[in-house]
Amino acid sequence: MRFLLKTDYVQDIALARQPGQRIWYGLLAVALAALPLWAGAYWISQVTLVLIYAVAGLGLMLLAGYTGLASIGHAAFLGVGAYTQAYLVGKGWPFPLALLGAGGLSAAIGVLVGLPALRVKGIYLAIATLAFGFIAEEVFARWESVTGGNGGLQVKAPAIGDWQLRSSESLYYLSLVLCVLVTLCVLNLLRGSTGRAFIAMRDSEVSAQSMGIHLARYKTLAFSLSAGIVGLAGALYAHKLRFVSPEQFGISQSIDLLLLVVVGGLGSVHGAFLGAIFLITMPQLISLAKDYLPAAIAQATGLQAVVFGAVLMGFVMFEPQGLYGRWVKVRTYFEMFPAYRKGLFRRQKSFQKSERLK
Amino acid sequence: MDFLQQVFSGIALGCIYALIALGFVLIYKATETVNFAQGELMMLGAFAGLALVKFAGLPFWIAVLVALVGITAFGALVERLVIRPVLGQPQFTVVMLTIGLGYVVRGLITMVPVIGSETSAFDPPYKGMVWKVGGLILSYEQGTVIAVTIVLCCAFYMLFKHTKVGIGMQAASQNQLAAHYMGIPVKRLNGLVWGLSAGAAGLAGLLLAPFTFVHVNMGYIGLKAFPAAVIGGFGSLPGAVVGGLAIGVVESLSGYYLPEGFKDVAAYVLVLAMLMVKPNGLFGTATRKKV
Repeated sequence: MRFLLKTDYVQDIALARQPGQRIWYGLLAVALAALPLWAGAYWISQVTLVLIYAVAGLGLMLLAGYTGLASIGHAAFLGVGAYTQAYLVGKGWPFPLALLGAGGLSAAIGVLVGLPALRVKGIYLAIATLAFGFIAEEVFARWESVTGGNGGLQVKAPAIGDWQLRSSESLYYLSLVLCVLVTLCVLNLLRGSTGRAFIAMRDSEVSAQSMGIHLARYKTLAFSLSAGIVGLAGALYAHKLRFVSPEQFGISQSIDLLLLVVVGGLGSVHGAFLGAIFLITMPQLISLAKDYLPAAIAQATGLQAVVFGAVLMGFVMFEPQGLYGRWVKVRTYFEMFPAYRKGLFRRQKSFQKSERLK
Repeated sequence: MDFLQQVFSGIALGCIYALIALGFVLIYKATETVNFAQGELMMLGAFAGLALVKFAGLPFWIAVLVALVGITAFGALVERLVIRPVLGQPQFTVVMLTIGLGYVVRGLITMVPVIGSETSAFDPPYKGMVWKVGGLILSYEQGTVIAVTIVLCCAFYMLFKHTKVGIGMQAASQNQLAAHYMGIPVKRLNGLVWGLSAGAAGLAGLLLAPFTFVHVNMGYIGLKAFPAAVIGGFGSLPGAVVGGLAIGVVESLSGYYLPEGFKDVAAYVLVLAMLMVKPNGLFGTATRKKV
């Protein structure tokens, strides 16, 4: 059994809640910083992708996990970021400015899309974002002078002046730095009043409103922040793939992002990272498992869809807190041993929390 | 004349959207959840009909009937096994659950030998026949779609207005808890609603098959039925039909008069405009939550 002795109010909002966390995160930081020294090119590439998806996941997590607004079109923002980056870098802009442009444009479009949709609740926002996702994909495909149409667009290596970041190691460090920065910003946001307003809206709009939270303003803020962060991830994504085309930002990418936050664990920053790891490693595991499956199943094009769908359903039904929730439960079990109660994490049914009115 | 012809084919297409949207709205009214797998249920209906004709050698009409019964049963089964355990969880949970279900169904269909990964034709006996009314050309397929939609709408109307089951469903959709206290078997009704809406989707799939052929991605058309449901106001059955027709006509006209590309996004542009102007849809009612 372990007790956390709090002697100061600052401890409640400290980033590291427990003393051991500093050591573990320090070790992780060292390991990641030294990754190119001990890992091969394949692993560097995979970890870069995980970092990029983690940034995108953080963006969606802020919206879906912390503000309680579901978006089924977030790949569009990934696309806006990626295309903006590709276009601006192609025009010879220095990398940091292009990155700001990608994030900023994405956030601005987030405001535009969010404003009308946020007046209505729940499912309408999901459908509005779905609609936006389809429209954006069509725009990427048709606006040929900027996006290169269905043929796609080559992306130049990130550069500041004459200094070019061509190697995969440099892109890895770029992603790592951006990922850490975004994570710190999100953590900081969440422990401040804005983040708490988001969480209050998620838990109950009515009570948040009666506590003086301006719903429309905070919802729009959450939506545009989320879109901006996903736009940043899109910019990195464009550099990682070195090629952008419309079908990369379709509905299946949006659903992949949703899968990421749900499997990782809605409402936890860790969840974005666990979900990103899951999303990147799962296809590899599936292709490994193909050798042991009967040919009719292994050769089917839909195998990955079945596994993803089944995993998603499994998590929603049996572990709605996701991978991170499972970890918290295991940790709590050991921390409270032998006093752990079975019903500690039981979900409440909310038959009466209807969105429709009596 | 071109205009009328386009409107007409838009109405036929709109009826398909309307049938799928009816399924959404039925489920939404009954359980306050949104079924993102509706398009996949539609695809499943078409594949069931195709498989029965191809493998079991059944005649067309019997295959259609068996497929409809099968898909209805499947809908009820899904409700029992997947949806009921998470009843009472936030809306988003069920959205994700049905998205997962859609993935699984689509993936499993690709594993079906011979037809799974192919695009196959599933032709009704009346394929290719046309009526000529004045200068309008009206194919039997389109006529069937419209006729079936009208019949189904009348059937639903009778069900909800004049039968005990339908009135029970209305009660449950207004207030589940109160309906439960009044002795209405809410859970069983929910199963029935899922069955009915899957049946409507399956019917839409069978009707759509002569136009688009049967393939594993035909379920994506279900995503266009969301705008239909939203335009009509998500909780209104007549709204779903009107919304579906509106989407169909707008899509058909924009395909004819506007540059390429507008046809595919017309439905989505329309729904975004609708949300801006009248967020609760044509037939929806604005409501505020009481504490």
